[in-house]
Amino acid sequence: MTDTQGHHHEGEHAHPQLGFWRKYVFSTDHKVIGIQYLVTAMAMAVIGGTLSLLMRLQLGWPHGSWPFLASLMPRAFDSQGHMNADFYLSLVTMHGTIMVFFLFTAVLTGGFGNFLIPLQIGARDMAFPFLNALSYWIFLASCIVIFSALLVQGGAPLGGWTAYAPLSALPAAGPGQGTGMTLWITAIALFTASGLMGGLNYITTILTMRTKGLSMMRLPLTQWSLLITAVLGLLAFPVLLAAAILLVFDRVGGTSFFIPGGIVLNNKLIEHTGGHPLLWQHLFWFFGHPEVYIVILPAMGIASDILSTFCRKPIFSYKMMVYAMVAISGLSFIVWGHHMFVSGMSPFLGSVFTITTLLIAVPSAVKTFNWLGTVWGARIQFTSAALFSIGFVSMFISGGLSGPFLGTSAADIQLQDTYFVVAHFHLVMAIAPLFAAYAGLYYWFPKMFGRFMNETAGKIHFWMSFVGAYCVFFPMHIIGIGGQMRRIYDPLNYQFLVNQQIVNVFISISAFVLASAQILFLVNFFVSIWAGKRATENNPWKATTLEWEVPCPTGHGNFGPELPVVHRWAFDYSIPGATEDFVPQTAPAVPAQQERH
Amino acid sequence: MGILTQKRRGASIPPPPTPFGGGPGGSHSSFPISTAYVGTYVLMTAIIMLFAGLSSALIVLHGVPQWQNITVPNSVWANTMVLLASSVAVEFARAAIRKDQQSSLRQWLAISGLLGVAFLVGQVFVWRQLVNAGVYLSTTIHSSFFYVLTGAHALHLLGGLVGFGIVMYRAFANRLTAANHEPLKVWALYWHFMDVVWIYCFLLLILA
Amino acid sequence: MADEKGPGRITSSGLALGALLGILIIVSIWLFAAKPWWFPGLTSIHGAEIDRVFNAVLIVTGIAFIITQGMLGYFVARYGSAGSEHADYWHDNPKAEFFLLTGTAVILVVLVFMGQKVWLNYYFTALPKDAVTVQVTAQQFMWNFHYPGADGKFGKTDLTLVDPTNLIGLDDKDPNSKDDIVTANDMHIPMNKPVVVRLRSKDVIHSFFLPNFRVKQDAVPGLAIEVGFTPTTAGAYEIACAELCGAQHYKMKANITVDASDADFNTWLQARLKERTGD
Repeated sequence: MTDTQGHHHEGEHAHPQLGFWRKYVFSTDHKVIGIQYLVTAMAMAVIGGTLSLLMRLQLGWPHGSWPFLASLMPRAFDSQGHMNADFYLSLVTMHGTIMVFFLFTAVLTGGFGNFLIPLQIGARDMAFPFLNALSYWIFLASCIVIFSALLVQGGAPLGGWTAYAPLSALPAAGPGQGTGMTLWITAIALFTASGLMGGLNYITTILTMRTKGLSMMRLPLTQWSLLITAVLGLLAFPVLLAAAILLVFDRVGGTSFFIPGGIVLNNKLIEHTGGHPLLWQHLFWFFGHPEVYIVILPAMGIASDILSTFCRKPIFSYKMMVYAMVAISGLSFIVWGHHMFVSGMSPFLGSVFTITTLLIAVPSAVKTFNWLGTVWGARIQFTSAALFSIGFVSMFISGGLSGPFLGTSAADIQLQDTYFVVAHFHLVMAIAPLFAAYAGLYYWFPKMFGRFMNETAGKIHFWMSFVGAYCVFFPMHIIGIGGQMRRIYDPLNYQFLVNQQIVNVFISISAFVLASAQILFLVNFFVSIWAGKRATENNPWKATTLEWEVPCPTGHGNFGPELPVVHRWAFDYSIPGATEDFVPQTAPAVPAQQERH
Repeated sequence: MGILTQKRRGASIPPPPTPFGGGPGGSHSSFPISTAYVGTYVLMTAIIMLFAGLSSALIVLHGVPQWQNITVPNSVWANTMVLLASSVAVEFARAAIRKDQQSSLRQWLAISGLLGVAFLVGQVFVWRQLVNAGVYLSTTIHSSFFYVLTGAHALHLLGGLVGFGIVMYRAFANRLTAANHEPLKVWALYWHFMDVVWIYCFLLLILA
Repeated sequence: MADEKGPGRITSSGLALGALLGILIIVSIWLFAAKPWWFPGLTSIHGAEIDRVFNAVLIVTGIAFIITQGMLGYFVARYGSAGSEHADYWHDNPKAEFFLLTGTAVILVVLVFMGQKVWLNYYFTALPKDAVTVQVTAQQFMWNFHYPGADGKFGKTDLTLVDPTNLIGLDDKDPNSKDDIVTANDMHIPMNKPVVVRLRSKDVIHSFFLPNFRVKQDAVPGLAIEVGFTPTTAGAYEIACAELCGAQHYKMKANITVDASDADFNTWLQARLKERTGD
């Protein structure tokens, strides 16, 4: 029986025909939910990216006048068309918040997690499909709330995505710290709820619904990374929620969790007393550090699998890759103080955190060696997905290697809160995961939509993004060394920064080039959904994992009447003696090819 | 975009998904713990971390010179007994269904639910007692934590009552049997967990 | 059709990517070696140690960077494929892994030790009793500097006394405050003498950043944090706030001048005292 596209869809069991709304909008099918997350995250990326372009406009030309923009956003600019300082800081805050939570956490765990987990483990859907759908709608609500913070009368909050108290706890301490800040906290709380519902599904599904023969050590690295990430989220996000609850009560309930005595606002001593600002930082970073691994781990998993596929070579040292991810996630809970070296925290604690932080560099290095070991002796097919997965490795190396400077507390004294930190986290937490996400999108697009994205446009997208990203973020190390502080509306206010302003100009121009490449991607993505080259086979990339056994696009219920049975790990590429350069996971074990998997 | 084309097919149809455990399609997995239990443990872990975050804040601020203890109303002790009693009732309900005694099951479930509601009402009473004594959210750091911790616990207990509703519904629909009453087991686990969280918060606030 | 193992091919994509990585290596070496833009001029004793730690990390990470990006570039250039040829089939080398893992760990441990010596020195060296002590009170959006004056004793401050003319709430009734000096955004210290700064904040968290001195310390409301350093070169430098503190955070600049001699420093102090008591 075929559908209107002439495709034979196996395994679609009898359901009463669902209407448009139940099928495409309020669906509980994990694939629809995954795509909903992806598309919503893309929309948030456009917003977050636009905010960053406005930031770069200001940083490149701090005394510039922008009458056109001023006409669009009159409250953000003064009468001469100069951007207002508080607007600049709200850009900084919202850009960070939107990108970290609503783009990266959402796209990698919500988007790829939802789409891939049941497919790659041989299940028909997640363990709790209704809860899964609910998690998306709450995520969408959180997006709407955070977006609304940009529109309110008092403006968006301006305390940075890190929202340090007491600035964030005192509505009187600055514009945007009123309603805007409250909306920010609400959005984060909703996002946390959504994330926990999702995490519940990911963990339960991966642990209890793997198909026959799929032992844990036969899982693709994508699955390992999603499982570990979900556990991290489970342990970290509730602490953020706890901090947010206490913050809300400080703001509106008159409590003093984070507000010490002795604060003078408008020349008057305020009534709070007893709280401790550093408590916010400890709680926030206890969450915040695992959060960065929540972003990078799925990226590592996805990039590893895609790299292996297009290298036609097993990932080097799969076991160590798994152990390294476990080690990274365990260690991620004991390094948070490296964000607080100069915060007034005890210097002894500072020493402890330096040791644990440099420890966490070891498993990260192991993973890098293994990626190199995968490419060595490979036979690389340079598709767009392959290029982005290789680009991921380069970006991770660059971003990762600036870590030791910051983890060494003595050097961090000079570098803390400068653009050196901005360079580090953008390369390792924004660009590297972005490249992995792009690799995933080009790669799994046919599985999602039954068509391919345009490869030529994809390659242009890659080259522009690779060069563009380095041009934007690499020079930031240099201006950070030169002393440029973070979150500064006008670097020219400081004599010691004047000489390197030219670098800011270079970065800003590069940022616009980088952004235009992403527009190319978005056009490619959406046009290809309806007009891309059709995928005529199940497994166009000749990959080994379970999702490639089923049609492109995959129907409801995923697999045929029988669930697949797995006989081998996910990396049987280029086995000597095999006819093809890959053997799917479902192919029965053959004595001649017997591996200990 | 034909990703959800659903055609009629005569082949074997996997069971429809249920919110509690099992998941669609059945599972070949040999994982020793069932889906419902794993989900519940995951939920409990998240809740533990929430209270861990709040507790660590309390422990840190306990050391500041401005810390001032409040007197915890005695009614809190009585209310604790109510909550523990509801857990006991849950165990009686469990014993009943193990012997397939449907009406006994329903009675004990009803008692446990009622006691749970009584606890929440009792909490409101406790808060009113404090307010009447002039102890508000912002009065001292200790009082702030009292309201926040008991409030957070109450909210999670309220969620547990939603679960209770689902289990009650199934009990009345005769969908729980001696052989299979996993929804009750899982909900009982969560309910007892609420006890443990309560005792933890209670002790933390009293001993602070 | 049996695909054989073919030689790795040089493809245009691989070559282009390899070339770009080569350019990356060259540009980064230039930036970090030729230093067209670099740290602000150094003017403190402990700052030299911090710069040494930075350079040590730079050498280690620089070598790692060149090797890894270089290998990546070489491999992608060398190991392209024209069809679906079989790749080399090896995917484990426990000895190499062990070697690399322990090597990395050892190098990092060395870096930790080097850095910790400097860190612990910075915080735990007892500063001499005769160090110049300055109480720095940060607020939105300026820096207040409070000197004890000739008697070496700081007058009491009381935040209930804060008003636009008395930003730190100096208690005039305290005899010790008679010779105290309070300035706004203007700090002087004498060259080659240790300085102790006692940092406070009146409202939110600020950060006392002296780029030339390699000093950075958050000023936290409710805490009084001490930090010490010894300036080595006379001149006029800048102080910046390095912790987001509100809308005018970027404007929170102050001037710090290292006076070439004690005499110059005292002259400045006298002039400020006269301003304060004169009006």
